[in-house]
Amino acid sequence: MNLALRDIRHNFGRFALTSIGIGLLLMLVMGMGGIYRGLVDDATLLVNRIDADLWVVQKNTRGPFAEISRIPANAEDRVRAVPGVASSNDFVSHTIQREQAGRPLRMTLQGLSWPQDKGLWLPLIAGRRLAQAHFEMIADKSLGLPLGHRMALGKDTYTVVGLTRNMASTGGDSMVFVTLADSQAVQYDQSGEAVRMEREARKSRASDFDPGRVQPEILHRAAGPSSGIPALGPPPVSAVLVKVTPGADPAQVAATITSWPDVSVYTAEAQRQLLVSGMVDKARRQLGLFRGLLIIVSAIIMALILYTLTLDKIHDIAVLKLMGARNLVVINLILQQAILLGVIGYGIAYGVGQWVFPVFPRRVLVVDEDLWLLAGIVLGISVLASLLGIWRAMKVQPNEVIA
Amino acid sequence: MVSAHDRPAVEALGLTKVYGSGNTEVQALRGVDLSLARGEVIALLGPSGAGKTTLLTIIGLVTPPTAGRIVMEGKPVVSEDRFVVDVRTFRRRHMGFVFQKANLIPFLTAAENVRIAMEINDQSPRAAKHRAMELLDYLGVANRADYYPKTLSGGEQQRVAVARALANSPSLILADEPTAALDSVRGRQVMELFRKVAHEQKAAVMVVTHDHRALDVFDRAMEMEDGLIRGNPAAAH
Repeated sequence: MNLALRDIRHNFGRFALTSIGIGLLLMLVMGMGGIYRGLVDDATLLVNRIDADLWVVQKNTRGPFAEISRIPANAEDRVRAVPGVASSNDFVSHTIQREQAGRPLRMTLQGLSWPQDKGLWLPLIAGRRLAQAHFEMIADKSLGLPLGHRMALGKDTYTVVGLTRNMASTGGDSMVFVTLADSQAVQYDQSGEAVRMEREARKSRASDFDPGRVQPEILHRAAGPSSGIPALGPPPVSAVLVKVTPGADPAQVAATITSWPDVSVYTAEAQRQLLVSGMVDKARRQLGLFRGLLIIVSAIIMALILYTLTLDKIHDIAVLKLMGARNLVVINLILQQAILLGVIGYGIAYGVGQWVFPVFPRRVLVVDEDLWLLAGIVLGISVLASLLGIWRAMKVQPNEVIA
Repeated sequence: MVSAHDRPAVEALGLTKVYGSGNTEVQALRGVDLSLARGEVIALLGPSGAGKTTLLTIIGLVTPPTAGRIVMEGKPVVSEDRFVVDVRTFRRRHMGFVFQKANLIPFLTAAENVRIAMEINDQSPRAAKHRAMELLDYLGVANRADYYPKTLSGGEQQRVAVARALANSPSLILADEPTAALDSVRGRQVMELFRKVAHEQKAAVMVVTHDHRALDVFDRAMEMEDGLIRGNPAAAH
C-alpha cells in the first residue's frame, strides 16, 4: 500500500493547491532561465543569422553592437578587393522609436545591401522578401504590424511585405529590415528647415575661402543637395560584413584588412564574445544570480511545506512506529510525496510556462538543456527538502501515541 | 515438552522504572512481577499515577525499564535496562495496541487501517486485503470497510482499532483505557470484544482501565498502586 498516494488522495485539495504554488514558483525559476537564455540568444542572434566570417569596423572600436562604429561606405569596395574575400556587404543598424496607435513602437532598423543581400537568411513566417530598392520592409511579428501595413518613416512611407519571428536586436527591440539606402535615409533624415540651414551654412563657409570666392559654381554647389557635391562622400556605414572564399584562411584575410589604418576586424566568434561578455554581461550575471536565489528560495519553501506536511502526520507516524513500521516506511511516505510534489510542480511550471512565456515582452527561450537541468535541480531540491521532514519524523517516539 | 500455547505469553520479573534523578526522581514502578497466559484477558486497575501506563509501555517494548526482565513466548526481550530484541520487529509480529482514542490513520479507510498493519509486516497486499475484510467482518464492521475514520462512530473506530491490533495474530494485545471515550453500552461491548478475541484468537489481553462496571468480563483484575501490583499477579491458568 502506498501511504504517500493514500495521503494525497485523502487531502487532494491541499496537495493540489500546494502543487500549484510550487509549480508557479518553479515557473519563475524556469522563466528566469528562459529570460537569461533569451537575452544571450537575442544578443548573438543577428551575428549568428548573418553568418559573416569577418566583421570590419571602425579602428579601435568594438562596434557595431558594443559601441558606435562608423566607417566609410567605400570600405566595402576595398574589402572586396582583398584576396580571399568572396563577398562584402555594408551593415547599417540603428534603433528608432515611433508612435503607433498611441503606443510607443521601438524597432531596430536593419539595412540590407540590396540587391546583393535580399535577406534570404531571414526566417520569414509570412509574406515575401524585399522585391524593390525602396519603401518595402520586413518586420518582426512581435511589432504587431500586419502584412500590407503602411508606415511613415522619415519622409517616405514603407509597406510591410514580410514577417519574421523572434528577430530581436541585442537590446531586445524587434527588428525591421529595409534596404541599406532606405535605412540610411531614415537614419539621416532631417527636416526641410534643417536642410536649408545646413545648405546656407555650407554656402557661407564656401564663401569664406578663396576657391569659393573665385569659383561661383562652388558656391552654387554648396547651396545645393549634398549628393551633388563630389567632395562629400556617401554617409558612413556601421560595419562591413565579409564572407571569405571556400578554402581561404579567414585569419589571413583578417590580418590583411587589420593592417589598414582605419579599420579593425573581428571574427564572428570574437563578435559574439564582445556581445556576451561585454554588452549583456551584467544583465546576464544579474539574471543568473537571481535565478540562483530563486532556486534557493524554492528549496526553502519546499522544505517548509514538506516539514509542515510531516508535522500534520506526526501522530500517524508515531502510530506507525508503535505498530512496528520500519523507518523506510516513514521515509518513503515523506520522500515520495516530496518527489511527487516536485514532479507535479515541474509539470505545472512547464505547462503554464508554455502559455505565459510567449506573452512576455522579451523572448523567454526555454531550451531542452535547461529543462533537463531544472528537472535535475527540482529532483535534488525535492530530496533535500524532504530531509527536514524525515529528520523530524525520525525523532518521533512511538510512546507519543500513548502520551 | 512445553508448547507455545502452554507457556505464558508474557512474564515480567522485578520491573522497575525510575524517572528523573536526585530531588526530581520519581519511582513509577517498584519491582512489578506479572505473568499473562495466552487466551487470558486481564484488567489493570488503579488511580492516576499508579504506574499502569508505564507498565504497559514497558511490556509493549516502547520504553525500557530501569531494571527487570521480560520474557515473551519463552524469549527474553528485556534484560535490566535494555531491550535485547529488535523491538519494532517484535512489536510488529507479536503485539497489538488499542488506546483510548482509536488512533486510526485518518487518510486510510477502515480496511486500509487494518491492511497497513499486515503490509508493514511483509504480508502480501492480496492476503492482507483478504484478512482485513475477515477481521472487520469478525468485529461487525465489514460494512464500514471503505469509510474513513472520521465518518465512523467512536465504537466503530474502536472496533477497527481492535481489528488492526489483531491483524498479525499477536500473542499479546495491550489496551490503554480503550473505553474511556465510549458510553457504558459501547464500552461494555468493546470489553466483551476483548474477551472474545482473547478466548477465540488465543491472545493474551491486558486492558488498563478505570472502568469498574465491566470487570466481570475479565479473567483477572489487578489493582496497581504506587508502582506495585496489589492482589494476585500470577496467571489464572
